[in-house]
Amino acid sequence: MEPSIFKFIFKYSRREQILLLLVTAASFPFLYVSLDLPKIIINEAIGASDFPQVLFGYELNQIHYLMVLCAFFLALVFINGGFKYFVNVYRGVVAERMLRRLRNQLFSRVLRFPLHHFRRQSEGEIVSMITAEAEPLGGFVGDSVALPAFQGGTLLTILVFMFVQDWVLGVAAIALYPMQVYLIPKLQRKVNALGKQRVVQVRKLSESISGVVTGIQEVHAHDTSRLELADFSDRMDRIYGVRLEIFRLKFFIKFLNNFIDKLTPFFFFSIGGYLVIKGQLTFGALVAVLAAYKDISAPWKELLRYYQIREDARIKYELLIETFGPQGMLDESMQTDEPEPMPTLAGELVATNVDLRDEEEADTGFASGVTFRFDTGQRVALIGKGDSGKKRLASLLAGVAKPLGGSVHIGDVALAESPETVTGRRIAYVGQEPKLRSGSLGDNLFYTLKHRPLLAAEYDGEAKQQFVARMAEAAAAGDSEHDINADWIDYAAAGVAGPNELNDRAVDVLNMVDMDEDVYQLGLKGTIDPDEQPELAAQILQARNALRDRISDPDVAPLVDLFDRNRFNSNMTIAENLLFGTPCDDRFQIENLSANDYMRKVLEDMDLMLQFIEIGRKLAAVMVDLFADVEPGSELFEQYSFIRADDLPAFQSMLTRIEGVASEQLTPEDRSMLLSLPFKLIPTRHRLGLVDARLQVRLLEARHAFAEGLGEHKGAIEFFDPERYSPAISIQDNILFGRLAYGKPRAASTVGTLIGEIAEKLGLRRSVMQVGLDHQVGIAGSRLSPVQRQKIAIARAVLKRPDLLVIDEATAAMDGATQTKIMEALFREFKDRGLIWVLHRASLGREFDHTLVLDGGKVVEQGRFTDLDKPNTVLKELVMAG
Amino acid sequence: MDLLKEAEVLRKVPMFAKLEPSKLKLLAFTSEYQTFEDGEILFHAGDPADCAFVIISGEVEILAKTDAGDVVVGVLRDNQIFGELALLNNAPRSATLRAKNRLQALRITDEVFLKLITENPEVALDLMHQLSDKLALSHQQVEALQSELHRNGS
Repeated sequence: MEPSIFKFIFKYSRREQILLLLVTAASFPFLYVSLDLPKIIINEAIGASDFPQVLFGYELNQIHYLMVLCAFFLALVFINGGFKYFVNVYRGVVAERMLRRLRNQLFSRVLRFPLHHFRRQSEGEIVSMITAEAEPLGGFVGDSVALPAFQGGTLLTILVFMFVQDWVLGVAAIALYPMQVYLIPKLQRKVNALGKQRVVQVRKLSESISGVVTGIQEVHAHDTSRLELADFSDRMDRIYGVRLEIFRLKFFIKFLNNFIDKLTPFFFFSIGGYLVIKGQLTFGALVAVLAAYKDISAPWKELLRYYQIREDARIKYELLIETFGPQGMLDESMQTDEPEPMPTLAGELVATNVDLRDEEEADTGFASGVTFRFDTGQRVALIGKGDSGKKRLASLLAGVAKPLGGSVHIGDVALAESPETVTGRRIAYVGQEPKLRSGSLGDNLFYTLKHRPLLAAEYDGEAKQQFVARMAEAAAAGDSEHDINADWIDYAAAGVAGPNELNDRAVDVLNMVDMDEDVYQLGLKGTIDPDEQPELAAQILQARNALRDRISDPDVAPLVDLFDRNRFNSNMTIAENLLFGTPCDDRFQIENLSANDYMRKVLEDMDLMLQFIEIGRKLAAVMVDLFADVEPGSELFEQYSFIRADDLPAFQSMLTRIEGVASEQLTPEDRSMLLSLPFKLIPTRHRLGLVDARLQVRLLEARHAFAEGLGEHKGAIEFFDPERYSPAISIQDNILFGRLAYGKPRAASTVGTLIGEIAEKLGLRRSVMQVGLDHQVGIAGSRLSPVQRQKIAIARAVLKRPDLLVIDEATAAMDGATQTKIMEALFREFKDRGLIWVLHRASLGREFDHTLVLDGGKVVEQGRFTDLDKPNTVLKELVMAG
Repeated sequence: MDLLKEAEVLRKVPMFAKLEPSKLKLLAFTSEYQTFEDGEILFHAGDPADCAFVIISGEVEILAKTDAGDVVVGVLRDNQIFGELALLNNAPRSATLRAKNRLQALRITDEVFLKLITENPEVALDLMHQLSDKLALSHQQVEALQSELHRNGS
């Protein structure tokens, strides 16, 4: 990056700055004329008397002449305004482009930082530097040339004018400038030093905040919230101290400027006045100079302010450069060079004198030199204690870290010199704590296949124009010109022809890592659009029918309450029984039903209103009775109560108030409150005996009436239709097409098994798993378990079909059976390719062809496991230790 | 009302006998009414414990694993609570339980149960009684075993 912000500006925005300069220069004549014109209007149009005047060959009387000049004046107002508008907008464009370029450079540097740098540079600091700290620099770039040129030009023009009028007074007007020019930089240097401190303090603050956010669980677990608050307060205090000092100095500078600014008129008044009284100066000249002085003070102040922001920007830029230029940064070409042809990493792996210390340890201890070789066609185990260096060795063999000394060759490829375009595609590395990104499971699985855009996205019409404009702007700002909407997936690398086959392959790979059941379950809970996937929807309907046949079995029948338009379902809420479908928007959501006019009308028409209000009254009485003594914060409210804790007192007082009042005579407000309760009732779950057989029949009638009279609300409900796939509910619910019965603990597992069998038989399992690929994994994969995250990480490493797979204890958190299963599947998959595995349990090494035993940063034993597993070997010791 | 009947059942559990009627009703309301068929397993030994049960009607057999297969070592009947002690120390289930005939029971989740004992000293006290009885019993057994060991050793 350019060492100073001015070099940065010169290098990347030279053309734009010159244009700004030219436009600014072009505006001065108009500015000058617009200043001069009033004088002409007053002297020659209003104050003169020799008319008619001749203008462009026309004779004009006084009024016409005045009007023509005024029209000129108006035109100049427009022109000057136009210049200002153009300069401001263009300045903004330049500022934004340069900010974008700066951020691009910073971010691309982050992508090339040596990994150990992140141990010193916290995430919070990096975020704050790229977002907050870079921001004002962009603004400064826009101002850097145009502002001093404009203000300086204005100042100069007026000064020239003043000197032309009376050079003595001109000198008087700028007499104190040298003092300002001398004093202000001195003070500014102090402000600069403080500014630097402030930047550092704010970075520390963001580091501390992001530390707390990532470790929030520790705060709760150890009751350290007050400690964190105190630490925060301490940091704020330090920032406050620095800021206060900056304010003091800044405002002192301002005070000084103002003082000097007013001191000059003091001289004008006292000395000039004295001269006027003595008759050595005309009164008119004094007034003219005073007026002119007023005009120059504004640009002068602007120039001084510019000097201050310039200093500020200079420091900020220097600080950014310092932190974004660490030692050992990857060369840009390592991420962009596409070797032709792409080398294959096969044959013998030769490590020569490899130093296993990492960069942090570079200054301590002795260089270790590890030398070994093995054939990458074998399965290789790295065994050792946690600090033996096995993990460091794994990351060196995978090419994700570079050794401090020595070299690793695979075949004739030297890893340290190979660009990431080779190591990142031909080698896969899975660490112990893989990181997922928010997005779908599929996004995370296919992440390893997205190295560059391969198939351009199709745009037509307006979208195409927008795309072209977007790319042109990216080019102008020096940002990445790769289209994020293109298809980045390297199907060939995954060994498939296109998207459908890739999904198929993904399912195979998920089987390998024992994640198939999980993804199948996620798929069951997912939804599909039947218009987009009509075949799958049809298959699901088939499954629904198959399940219905199985449910007729008297053993299973009591476990499921199927949807049936002509039968009341006591395992659903009253609301669901009335709607008999899923609401598609807010109108018929359960909490809005009591206020919904159409629902109220149906209840009135069916003569159910009064009964609902009475049920509501009983429910309110029960809730008040049960929950009156429960503390408001309790989860019991959340889980069990029909009435929220906040609303309970209102219901309590209402019940007392309406005691003895017949339900017909309640006020509309009371009726509304009571009406909100019965909809939530599930007869089998709540067991309050409020829904008898007679009411069930009438609710069924109301269900039919509701559906028939829906009219304008058609489309607000996706009805349960046995012949149609419902996009509003999950695949599982579509297959089940009913509810599991409450109070039957075996229902879930029995029905789950049944659905599983049917899905298997209909060949639905794979399709459901593909729906599971759309499951959102949450921030950093937080909605998956750690084991699931590890499995996904292994799966995506397999998916890109690397020549060499390096697994660094990535199965450590799994149970033994799963581990063995995955290990066997990977052995099969990588039969003819390289597989290096860092083992957390030495005994697992038995399954491998070749073993390297590490201790204290050295390879102490190597060879076949069975040959090494003998008394008095380090391996034996490790195996015995577990 | 079913809720009232269930509250009545809960009142017959000694541990809950002294609870106020509204608290009994709340306990009934917040627990799940479950039915089990003959031979259905409620839980297996070693399962994580997340609830306690109160029998409304029917019987539950306690099974112990032996070399000769599962053996019934005890039977629980109406109005008995079980599974609650494991909630206190987060221990896994110590035995497998199986429904005999048709079983109706109330399932009380660990959250509700723990809340109940923290808020009602009389329930907690009863639990302490139970625990101290168990402690005394095992103490006696240990002493008996020790003295036997002593006799054999000398």
